Amino acid sequence: MRPLVEERPAGRRLVAALLVLLGLGLAPRSLTVVASCTVLGLVVALGLAARIALRRLGSRIALALPFSLGVAGLALFQPDPLASFVVLAARTTASIAVLQLVVLTTPFARIVDALRRARLPRALVDTVSLLHRYLGLVASEMHRMRRARAARTWDDSRRETWRAGAAVIAGSFVRSLARAERVALAMRARGGS
Amino acid sequence: MHVPDGLLTAPVALASAALSAACVATAAVRSRTRAGARATALRGVMAAFVFAAQMLNFPVAGGTSGHLVGGALAAVLLGPAAAIIVMTAVLVLQCLVFADGGLLALGANVLDMGVIHPVVGYALYRLVAGRTPNGARRIVALAFGSWGATLATAATCAGQLALARVAPPGVLLSAILGSHVVVGAGEAIIGALVLGALQRVRPELLTVDARGDRLPPLALGVFGLSVALALALFVTPFACSWPDGLEQAFRRIGVVPSSARVELAAPLRDYSVPGLSGALSTSAAALLGTLLVFAVCVVLGRSLAPRREREKLTTAR
Repeated sequence: MRPLVEERPAGRRLVAALLVLLGLGLAPRSLTVVASCTVLGLVVALGLAARIALRRLGSRIALALPFSLGVAGLALFQPDPLASFVVLAARTTASIAVLQLVVLTTPFARIVDALRRARLPRALVDTVSLLHRYLGLVASEMHRMRRARAARTWDDSRRETWRAGAAVIAGSFVRSLARAERVALAMRARGGS
Repeated sequence: MHVPDGLLTAPVALASAALSAACVATAAVRSRTRAGARATALRGVMAAFVFAAQMLNFPVAGGTSGHLVGGALAAVLLGPAAAIIVMTAVLVLQCLVFADGGLLALGANVLDMGVIHPVVGYALYRLVAGRTPNGARRIVALAFGSWGATLATAATCAGQLALARVAPPGVLLSAILGSHVVVGAGEAIIGALVLGALQRVRPELLTVDARGDRLPPLALGVFGLSVALALALFVTPFACSWPDGLEQAFRRIGVVPSSARVELAAPLRDYSVPGLSGALSTSAAALLGTLLVFAVCVVLGRSLAPRREREKLTTAR
């Protein structure tokens, strides 16, 4: 009997993305722009096939681009400034598009499954898994603490902002430790070692 | 400081990945000795804490803000091996779920922020804090460790980009290292404030020093050698090529040390490998030199250490 939800591990997808990125990195300089445009076209086609709204894909790429283009802008100090910048900008844009496509089409559970199948250390995979599970909880708790602290603090000087921020992080560390103890107890109660 | 894909060349990305893989594997083996639900839960929740703390921005100047990297702080609070696992997990999630930092560049990002930051930060912390640190000394040690770790991380990142020929080394080093002198100061202040707050509220939690979280020699060797190799590979090719004080003095007084008089067949003469040229040659020479010095130190250490110390080291493993 086939399962209700077909399990497709993300390993192949990650390896394919890595090979494309490696190919882009190894492409000769004269072919980089053409190769990058081809990869971008491929990403758009795959995005359409996966029924991802192109606007969503485009906005995520645009969000990640400024930093990369900023670093690529340093290529303007190279001997052949414009050509160096264009090559770097094209390669970076295509690479970012590849990663965004992988992220948008791969659920987290499949990523963890792929990491397990790749035989990465168990300590690391378990940590990634628990990090994903508790990130929202710890982050929202930290933001609530910061808001509460801001509501109680009348002094809005930069020094006080830094002190308050540090106190929030320290408080969050203490709470996270307590939470870790509770999680460990729950894991043991469910049969963990 | 997350390097995206497309900036690093394949050899730089792969060399970085190899170094970081060695460190993560060693840290994982080390964490196996502390397996169990408690250690797993602690690493997972602490990784969530580091991730969330990185999301908290602090105002710096001129409308810009900075945030914590957290590697040095995590190493002081959890120990360096656990910190490497925690920071790597954070970077893996940032890459594969939030697309922050590249997939091919993941090894480089793990090496910079997941290995060099905690290891250098912890080493500097131990150096300043000593064996029995009191409150103030511990805070100063963490501040110094965080600042030094941020600079070492920035220098490696700039070296990786320079070796990938993104821009001239001078431009990259001054742009990235210059800005991180300030960012590192922010990291130091936040870390010191957090540690100070923890000492006030829950001093018993700072138990890493108290329980003597000493790394076994193998882990110490792998972490130290990896950081040294990273600096040798990515930073040394861009060291200043000006003559040192002695050479400058020789030039001023007109003394030319004759190489013809003492001509030894030095295999890596002038820090270069025959057959290679430019930064690659310097990188390869630095790599070989670092490995050679490490091997000599291991052999000398083993042969010169008193028998009792040697037995202690073997049993610690």
